[in-house]
Amino acid sequence: MELISFLILFPLVIAVLLLFVKADWPRNVIVGMSAAVIAVASIALSVRYIGAPWIGFEFSSEVADYIGTTIGVVIAATVIGFGVKYKNYFAVVLAAIQVVGSLVFEFGFAHSVHVPVGLYIDSLSIVMALIIGVIGSGICVYALGYMMDFQKHLDDHGEEEGLTELQRRDRRPTFFALMFVFLSAMYVIVFSNNMTWMFTGWEVTTVCSFLLIAYTRTEEAIRNAFRQIIMNIAGGIGFLVALFLAVILANTLSFERFVLIGLEHPEIVSVAVCALAFAGLTKSAQMPFHTWLLGAMVAPTPTSALLHSSTMVKAGVFLLIKLAPLFMVCTVPASMVVLVGGFTFMLCSFMAISQSNAKRVLAYSTIANLGLIVACAGVGSPEAIWAATLLVIFHAAAKSLLFLCVGTAEHHIGSRDIEDMDLLFDRMPRLARFMMLGIMCMFIAPFGMLIAKWATLVSFVEAGQLILILLLAFGSGATFMFWAKWLGKLSGIAGSPENVELTVHPSEWISLVIMACIAVVACIALPIVSNAFVEPYIVSVFGVLGRDVTIDNLWISSILAVFVFVVLFGGVRSSKKKRVSAYLSGVSVDDATRTYRNSLSGESVATSRNLYLDSYFGEDKMRPIGEALCGAIIVVALLASGLVVPPIL
Amino acid sequence: MLFVTENFIFTLIGTVAFAILAPVVGCLLAGLDRIISARMQGRVGPPLLQPYYDVRKLIAKDDVTVSGVDGVYMTCALVFTAFAGGIFFSGGNLLMSAFVITMAALFFIMAAYSSRSPFAELGAGREAVQVMSYEPMVLLMAVCFFMAAGSFNVGETFWLKLPVICYTIPAFIGFLFILTIKLRKSPFDLSTSHHAHQELVRGTTTEMSGKTLAKVEVMHWCETVLFLGWTGMFFIWGNPVSIVLAIVAALAAWFFEIWIDNNFARVKWQAMLKWAWIVALVCGGINIVLLAFI
Repeated sequence: MELISFLILFPLVIAVLLLFVKADWPRNVIVGMSAAVIAVASIALSVRYIGAPWIGFEFSSEVADYIGTTIGVVIAATVIGFGVKYKNYFAVVLAAIQVVGSLVFEFGFAHSVHVPVGLYIDSLSIVMALIIGVIGSGICVYALGYMMDFQKHLDDHGEEEGLTELQRRDRRPTFFALMFVFLSAMYVIVFSNNMTWMFTGWEVTTVCSFLLIAYTRTEEAIRNAFRQIIMNIAGGIGFLVALFLAVILANTLSFERFVLIGLEHPEIVSVAVCALAFAGLTKSAQMPFHTWLLGAMVAPTPTSALLHSSTMVKAGVFLLIKLAPLFMVCTVPASMVVLVGGFTFMLCSFMAISQSNAKRVLAYSTIANLGLIVACAGVGSPEAIWAATLLVIFHAAAKSLLFLCVGTAEHHIGSRDIEDMDLLFDRMPRLARFMMLGIMCMFIAPFGMLIAKWATLVSFVEAGQLILILLLAFGSGATFMFWAKWLGKLSGIAGSPENVELTVHPSEWISLVIMACIAVVACIALPIVSNAFVEPYIVSVFGVLGRDVTIDNLWISSILAVFVFVVLFGGVRSSKKKRVSAYLSGVSVDDATRTYRNSLSGESVATSRNLYLDSYFGEDKMRPIGEALCGAIIVVALLASGLVVPPIL
Repeated sequence: MLFVTENFIFTLIGTVAFAILAPVVGCLLAGLDRIISARMQGRVGPPLLQPYYDVRKLIAKDDVTVSGVDGVYMTCALVFTAFAGGIFFSGGNLLMSAFVITMAALFFIMAAYSSRSPFAELGAGREAVQVMSYEPMVLLMAVCFFMAAGSFNVGETFWLKLPVICYTIPAFIGFLFILTIKLRKSPFDLSTSHHAHQELVRGTTTEMSGKTLAKVEVMHWCETVLFLGWTGMFFIWGNPVSIVLAIVAALAAWFFEIWIDNNFARVKWQAMLKWAWIVALVCGGINIVLLAFI
């Protein structure tokens, strides 16, 4: 209990402190130290409660409720302020609806319901706390060096690039403060049993993300930030509707009670579950709401890593995983979640093939993976939840590693295009290996993703989700394609190393190494991870483990993982073999640029690009299909559950 | 539950056994393949052990390399092939076997990319498209197997009353279709071809020579044995005689693939992708629906 309060409050204190720190070195010290403290506290928490069942903490406070309301008003005021300033009145209207709604709720309804057990902890929140505490704070450390380069670039070249004074301003104090507020809000979400508090945390993450996306204040950033806020406030309104329904129909605001009531009387909570699931879908950027996550890629890379791969989008799937037992009994929301997740997985994997911008590939693969997790949550069986939780862990570790690698590469090779990452193995040998490691952890045997995918298949078969099996099969094929060609591009070697990674900031290396270690340990210790963190949650929720992937296979994949890591970091180095130039239809002049002497004694350059299969998987082809399909599914599900008048408990 | 069971040991033993035996069997099959192909074309063909002589000669050659790392990647590919075979033939998990062999394909692709030869990159890109083409059907085949046998474990087949094929004819047809891609046979030998007339410059293996190229050959032998094992698996049930039937069926499928190889010219990748996915959707989809509702 003390640790939980500490984890929620400490980042807030640091955030306030950072707001007033203008110089580089004190900021470096504060961020570095507090990140370490948060990480250690999260680990201490997980050690203390490892394998714990659901433990509630009696804690309720009028003051906390009022603080929550105040925060809600401040958030709405911020959004409305920005909306008026940039003339986006749709956002203003939504924010107004939300604030009025939440005030009516707070003073008209919430006081009639008392939630004695305000906070709780279980194995899933431990997993989330570790992700937030270790990966999240690691990203904050990375941001130190990255933002220094970022600001330096703005100072040196901003003017000639035509950026206004406002766009070039050093806004780093706000940036780091927002990062830490964000961490705090995430802790609130994963530890709150009181649904109003969870809602407050939910809204804080939304607005933090809004401000971080708008960081550069360029026209594009502002536009994308508003797209994000509109979609997520819509989701927030869904959450609010669920709160109203929970009070009116089930007379509770305790998440635990809500789930218990739902299991006994599915017909009562069905509508509320649908509304909550809608909120989860928007937050986890499922089609047709996926565009906000794509747009968010304009933000500085640490933002993308923190918000859009490891933590914020995980809040959405976290909520859906928590709702999983209810999906087993409520058909309408379950079908909605399963279908939207499945189609999002397949279509976004397709679209990732057609992208050459590394950050967009990462964005699409993030959305696709979230889709898989969402689909698993919707299936709701023990196997599916086992898979979903493992996917959350591996995705958080591998994806943040990849984002950080792309960010560092971008600053040193001046591009985030995969085609320009040719020869990265020569120019940034360590970084290229980290990137390859991240890619391998993301998708292939023998790593965690594979095992998780497999459990997914089993659970789909058991649950009779035939459409999902097909979606998963085709989506997986596409996944191989876009990762393999990226991996291939990275592995090219011309043997003329001009190392450009010597100028990478130490803070960036530290967090890259931390991320890489987490990914490696998670893969190698897969059986232990499953045993210590995931299985206790499954048992505490379902009472049984279900038909799991056998331990032997987990160990086999662990061995294969060790083998690949040894090869990647030990085996792939320049050998003593005789080196020759590649065949280029003429005598090679320069291997690095692939120039050769042609038949007229002139010089020709051989070029080749990866396959992007645009004519099949282009965004313009896939996106309308996905948006129409998933949009229709959501509308039908919401209507279907709204039309049924639920009985009142 | 945290500690390994005896199955884990079986897998390791199986991997070692596969690594020793599969190259031998695969080499003989490759020799036979060349003789049969020659006869289909009205030639006599090389001696049965010609693939072995070729590889022995490759190993004896000087070590020359473009990237310096392609040999390491190919070793990885070989090790993963051995593991995939070991998992399968020790009665292990079919899905695991399928994933690990995909991993081998990935390392093959990386070996090709590492040279930065435009021709090898083209081949590697096509190889990736090939994997993307067959992967859905492989997964659906495994799912159908799971639904018919009640488990992904290949060993379970020996306790079945009826062989899996009785429930999975559509999926088996689909599998035969992608088997052509997996064995890199014409018309789907896009990444690199054994037929000289199909290419101007070799695809994936353009810059591979000596021991590295030998590893590619050996990997191909092992893959052939593994995929024929997958074919035979459909015909096993709780009767020892079924093993003979399985071998006969696998050899028949293999002969069929050689016949296709010699009678069809290479297609474009667009056609391959389209047809492989249509076949996967129709055959796999129908079979899953049948198994779910009947």
